[in-house]
Amino acid sequence: MNPGNTARPGSAMPPAERPRTSPDHVIVVGYGMAGARLATELSAAPGVEVTVLGAEPHRAYNRILLSSVLAGKHGETDITLTEAAGHGVKTRTGVSVTAIDRAARTVTLDGGEELSYDHLVLATGSQAIVPPIPGLAQPHPRVATFRTLEDCRRILDAAQGARTALVLGGGLLGLEAARGLAGRGLAVEVVHGVGHLMERQLDTGASAVLVRTLAELGVAVHLASSATGVSADDDGVTLRLDDRNLRADLLVLACGVRAETSLARAAGLRVERGIVIDERLATSDRRISALGDCAQFGEVVGGLVAPAWEQARVLAARLTGVDPDAVYVPSSPVTRLKASGIDLAAMGSLQPDAACEDVSFADPARGTYARLVIRDDRLTGAVMLGDNPSVGQVIQLFDRKGLVPRDRRALLLGRSLGGVDAPVATTTPALMPDNATVCQCNTVTKGALVRCWRSGARSLDDVVARTRATTGCGSCKDAVDGIVGWLSTSDSVGVS
Amino acid sequence: MTPSAPPATRVTALPMLGSAREVATHCPYCALQCGMTLRETPDGRVEVGARDFPTNRGGLCQKGWTSAELLDHPERLTTPLIKGRPATWDEAYDFIVDGIRRVQDAHGRDAVAVFGGGGLTNEKAYTLGKFARVALRTANIDYNGRFCMSSAAAAGNRAFGIDRGLPFPMADIAEADTLLLIGANVAETMPPFARYLTEQRQRGGTQIVVDPRATPTARAATLHLQPTPGTDLALALGLLHIVVAEGLTDPAYLAERTTGWDAVRKTAAGYWPARVELLTGVPVADLEATARALASADRAIILTARGAEQHAKGVDTVTAFINLALALGLPGRPGSGYGCLTGQGNGQGGREHGQKADQLPGYRRIDDPAARAHVAAVWGVDPDSLPGPGLSAYELLDALGQPGGPKAMLVFGSNPVVSAPRAARITERLRSLDLLIVCDFVLSETAAIADVVLPVAQWAEEDGTMTNLEGRVLRRRALRKPPPGIGTDLAVMAELASRLGRTGDGSSVTGGERSGGFSADPYAVFEELRRATAGGVADYAGVTWERVDAENGVFWPCPAADRAGTPRLFEEGFPTPDGRARLIAVEHRPVAEEIDAEYPLYLTTGRVLAQYQSGAQTRRIAALPGGPFVELHPDLAERLGIDDGATVRVLSRRGEMIAPARVVTTIRPDTLFAPFHYSGTGRANSLTGDALDPISRMPEFKVCAVRIEPVTP
Repeated sequence: MNPGNTARPGSAMPPAERPRTSPDHVIVVGYGMAGARLATELSAAPGVEVTVLGAEPHRAYNRILLSSVLAGKHGETDITLTEAAGHGVKTRTGVSVTAIDRAARTVTLDGGEELSYDHLVLATGSQAIVPPIPGLAQPHPRVATFRTLEDCRRILDAAQGARTALVLGGGLLGLEAARGLAGRGLAVEVVHGVGHLMERQLDTGASAVLVRTLAELGVAVHLASSATGVSADDDGVTLRLDDRNLRADLLVLACGVRAETSLARAAGLRVERGIVIDERLATSDRRISALGDCAQFGEVVGGLVAPAWEQARVLAARLTGVDPDAVYVPSSPVTRLKASGIDLAAMGSLQPDAACEDVSFADPARGTYARLVIRDDRLTGAVMLGDNPSVGQVIQLFDRKGLVPRDRRALLLGRSLGGVDAPVATTTPALMPDNATVCQCNTVTKGALVRCWRSGARSLDDVVARTRATTGCGSCKDAVDGIVGWLSTSDSVGVS
Repeated sequence: MTPSAPPATRVTALPMLGSAREVATHCPYCALQCGMTLRETPDGRVEVGARDFPTNRGGLCQKGWTSAELLDHPERLTTPLIKGRPATWDEAYDFIVDGIRRVQDAHGRDAVAVFGGGGLTNEKAYTLGKFARVALRTANIDYNGRFCMSSAAAAGNRAFGIDRGLPFPMADIAEADTLLLIGANVAETMPPFARYLTEQRQRGGTQIVVDPRATPTARAATLHLQPTPGTDLALALGLLHIVVAEGLTDPAYLAERTTGWDAVRKTAAGYWPARVELLTGVPVADLEATARALASADRAIILTARGAEQHAKGVDTVTAFINLALALGLPGRPGSGYGCLTGQGNGQGGREHGQKADQLPGYRRIDDPAARAHVAAVWGVDPDSLPGPGLSAYELLDALGQPGGPKAMLVFGSNPVVSAPRAARITERLRSLDLLIVCDFVLSETAAIADVVLPVAQWAEEDGTMTNLEGRVLRRRALRKPPPGIGTDLAVMAELASRLGRTGDGSSVTGGERSGGFSADPYAVFEELRRATAGGVADYAGVTWERVDAENGVFWPCPAADRAGTPRLFEEGFPTPDGRARLIAVEHRPVAEEIDAEYPLYLTTGRVLAQYQSGAQTRRIAALPGGPFVELHPDLAERLGIDDGATVRVLSRRGEMIAPARVVTTIRPDTLFAPFHYSGTGRANSLTGDALDPISRMPEFKVCAVRIEPVTP
C-alpha cells in the first residue's frame, strides 16, 4: 500500500460528468472495515446509489481496536467507524444475504426480500477458526473466539470476576488478547503449537525476547504445545496438552481466521482460499467485486486493514468513474503488535539468501531485539521489538522500498536519522577552536570573544555589549560566561 | 514636485529617550517586533540598541542589530524611476495615473490590481485596502500574507470565530508544562522568542518539536518528531486517536464549550498509531509520549507555524491540531491553548484591515452587507460602490496579463518575484503587465522589472502601529525624516487617489468626524481605522497611539477607550454565534505532488537566521552572512557523488535552482531543504508548486517533488 494514499477520499465528480459505464445501484455485502470504507469512498462521489448490508446488528466498527476494547483502553462507542452518511448511501444492519442470483442480478435477504444490483461487492470478511479439538464443538460461556465485537463482549463477560485465562494461539491476535486480559489483572497463559511465537512474522530470536517481555507483563507462554482436548464446566476450563493439563477461568481461541466465501461459492464464483479477484477487484463475474478479508489476490488472502482500504479506494474510483482504469497494486504489509508494554513491528521475510545482508542487535534483558534483512540497499524484511527509536523509519523504508542508510547502525540503534550536531562545549573553553560559533543568533565565535577581551573588554557586560553575544535566544549565556571567566583567569594564555 | 512632506513625528513623553535624536521603536523585521532604541550619532549614523520590551526582554538577533545599515545604504532608491530612468515625482505620478486610466478605460476597473504586504503598518494596510476599493474601485487586492498566515487564519476563524495568532501573551509560553511546536524553527526565525523556550525547559517543562529537519529548535527540544514532509495532518489525527484511546479527553469541556466532537472522534478512530507511524515515520512510542505529555500537563500549549501551514491542506492540518487542543480542553484554560506564530512584522495587523481580497477593516467580510455599510460610511462612499471579493494572491498573480486578468498592478511592501511559488511563471506574468508599479526603498527583484518605481521611507523614518504575534498593537516611531526626494507609502496613495479624483465624497459624517479622503498622516489614518474597525472582530476602536505609548501596547479587541485590551481570549467563551468552539472533522490526504522515479526527493523550503523573507533588505546588509544553499543528507550525497560545498542543480517540474550543497545529518535522507530568500539561479521558489489549499488558497510551499544532480564545472 502506498502510505500516501491510505486516506484519500474519493474525489467528487458531478453526476453529469460521470461516465455512463458506472453502475447506478451498488450493493455492498458486509459492513466491516472494508465495506464501510468502500461506502465512505463511494459516498464522496454523488450519483451512485449504494446499499450496504451488514450481518452484525450494529454499526461498523474498527476491528483493529478490538484488542484495545479488551484491554479496557477503548469503550465500544469509541471504535465506531464514521457513518457514510448522505450521498445516497443506505445502510442496513442485522440483515444477511442468503443467495445471489447472478443472472437476474439480485440478492436474497434472510427475510426473503430481493434486491437488484447493477454491481455487487462482497466484503463478507472472515470468520474465526475453531480448531477441531474435542470439546470445542459445543459452545460454552467460558470459551470464546476473538474476532468480532460480540466475541469481545463474550470474553469480557467471562472475564468478570475471573483470575486466570488461557489463550490458545500465539499469533498476533492471541498475543493482543493475552496482553489485554493481563492488563485487566488476569494471570494469562498462552499455548502455541509451534516452537516460536508469531512464526509467520518472527524469527526464534525475536520470539525468545518477546516471551521474556510477556512474562514480565504477566503472560506465560507454552511453546510447541499441542492442545488435545477442552472441557469446560461451571467452575472453569481445562485445556489438555500432550503432557499436562492447564486450568483457568476462561479460554480464548485465537487460532486464525478463514475467509467467508460461502455466499460466493454457492453463487458459482471462483473461490480458492478466498474469493479470487484480479487487479480490478473483479471476481470471475465482472458485475461482482470482492475486497478485504474475504478476497484472494494472487496467493494472498486478506487479513489486514491497510490493503483492504487501498482496495476500497481503487474500487470506488472504478465504480464512480473517477478513475475507471484504477488498479490495485498490493504492498508488503507491516505487522504491528499494539499492546501496552510491547512495541513490535515485523515485516517482510526474515529468511535471507546469500545475496542478503543480515544485521541484528539483541538486548534480551531490556526486551530489545532488532534485525534487518537487506538486499541491494533495500529492506526485504525486518523485525523490531522493544525500544527501537528508528522503528518509524524502518517501517517507512520497507513500505516505500527506500534506500537504507550506509551505516546500518543508524537503523539498528539510532534515534535520529544520522546523529545530531554536538552542542558547543561549554566546559573547556581552552580546547574550543577559535572558529567555533558560540552565539548562533549573532554569529559570534570564540575567537571574536577573545579578541574583544584582548581589545579591552573586562566584564561579561562589556563583552556582550561589544559582540552582541547572548542577545538573541540567550541559550549561549552560560557558554559566554564560561569563556569570559576563563579569559579573566588566564589572560596570558596564548590563543591559537 | 516633491512628495507630500511626512507629518511631524507625534511626540509623546514616554517613547523619546533623553533627546530628540533617540527613539524607542521596534525592529523592522519579524512579528516578534522586538523592542529597540534608535540613536542618531553626531556624525549622522544610526545606532541600534536592544530595549527591554515584554516580548524580546532585551534580546535582538543579528537581523535587528544590523537593521539600521540599510538607512544610508548606497543601493537605497532616492528618486522615482520610470522604465529604469530617474524621473521626478510629478512625472511618475502622471505616468501612473495615465496608465491606470488607460487600463481601466480599456479593460474595466478590476484590470488594475493591488498587491500588499504583511510588513506594512496597520495604517498602510488599512489605507491600501481603502485605496483599492475607493480610489481604484478594483476587487483585485490581495497580499503576501496569503503565502504566510492564511491557513492558520482560516482554521482559527472556523474553529474560534476569531483569528488572533496567540490568544495569550508570550509570557504564558515560558510557563507551559508541555509545549508542542509544529513546523516552527524559532531559534532561527525569531531568536529572542527562543528565550521563552529556554526558560520553559529550565522550569522542567516538556518541549516537543515536530519538524522534518533537526533544526536548532528541534535539537534543543525534549523530544523531536521528524515526520515525512506533508504528513503533519496525519500526525495530529494520530495524537487525537491516542488521546481518545487512553481516555485523556476533557469530556466536561467538550460538552460545555464545543460542538462537533462526535464526528471528530469518529474520524480520529481511523488513525490508530501504527497507521500514523507508517504515514509519518514517527514511532508509535513517540506519538504516545507526545499525547501523554500534553494530556498530563496542567498548562499545555500547542503552536503551529509555517511548516504545518504552508500546504495545500494547511487549513485542515491546523484544524486537526486545534481539534487536539479542544479535545484536551486547552483553549481558554489559564496558561494553555492553541496559537500560531505569525511571521511577518505586521502579519497580524496586516491581515485584519482590508488588504485581503475578501475583507474589509476590522476583519469584516466584504460580502457582508452590514460590514459594507459600516465601512462605506467611514469612507464617505456609497456601499454599492464597493467592489466584491477579488482573487487570492496566487490566483491574482497567475491571472496577470491573461485574458480577463489584470493589466496593471501596484505593489507595496512585497517582492513576489522571489517569494511567490512557481516563481518563474509568476515573473513572466508580472512582465506581461502593461503597467507595473512598485513602492520600495531598494530595487527589489520585483522593482527591477517594474515600469515605475517609487522610493519610499524606511521604518526608522515613519510613525505608525504594528500588531505583533500576540495581537498587541505597538508603536513604530520615526527617528528622523526620510531623505530628500523620498516619499511615504501613505503619501503615494493619497496623491494617487487625489489625482484619480476618487477620494470618497467627503460629505458623509460619522461620529462627528468628516469622512472620506486619504491622509498621508498616519495618526489621522489610525483615528479613521479605529472608526472603521469599531464593532468588527478585530476591534481597534478603543486603541489610541497615546494608550499604546502608555501601556506598552494594547491587545485587541479593545472596543472602547475606557476599556482594557484583551491579553487573553476565550476565558469566558468563543466569539462564535453560540459561544462554543467548533470542532471540524478532517481527514489526512497526500501531498499535492508525490515523489516518483523522475523526481524522487521531497523539497522543503524555509528560512535561515541571518535573512528575512525575500531578502531584499537583509541580502544588502554586508554584516549578514548569506547565500543560497541546498541541504542534503550524507547518504544521499554519497550516492550521488556530491561533496559538501559542491555546486548542485535541483530540478522540479517547474524549474531549477543552482546552489552549493550543504551535507548535513539534520535532514531526512529523502528530503532536501533550501532557503527561499534568494533570487536568480539560487531562487528556491523556481521549484515550488502552485497547488492551493481549497479554503485559504495557501500554496504548497513546504513540499514538492524534485531531483538533485551535481553540476560539473
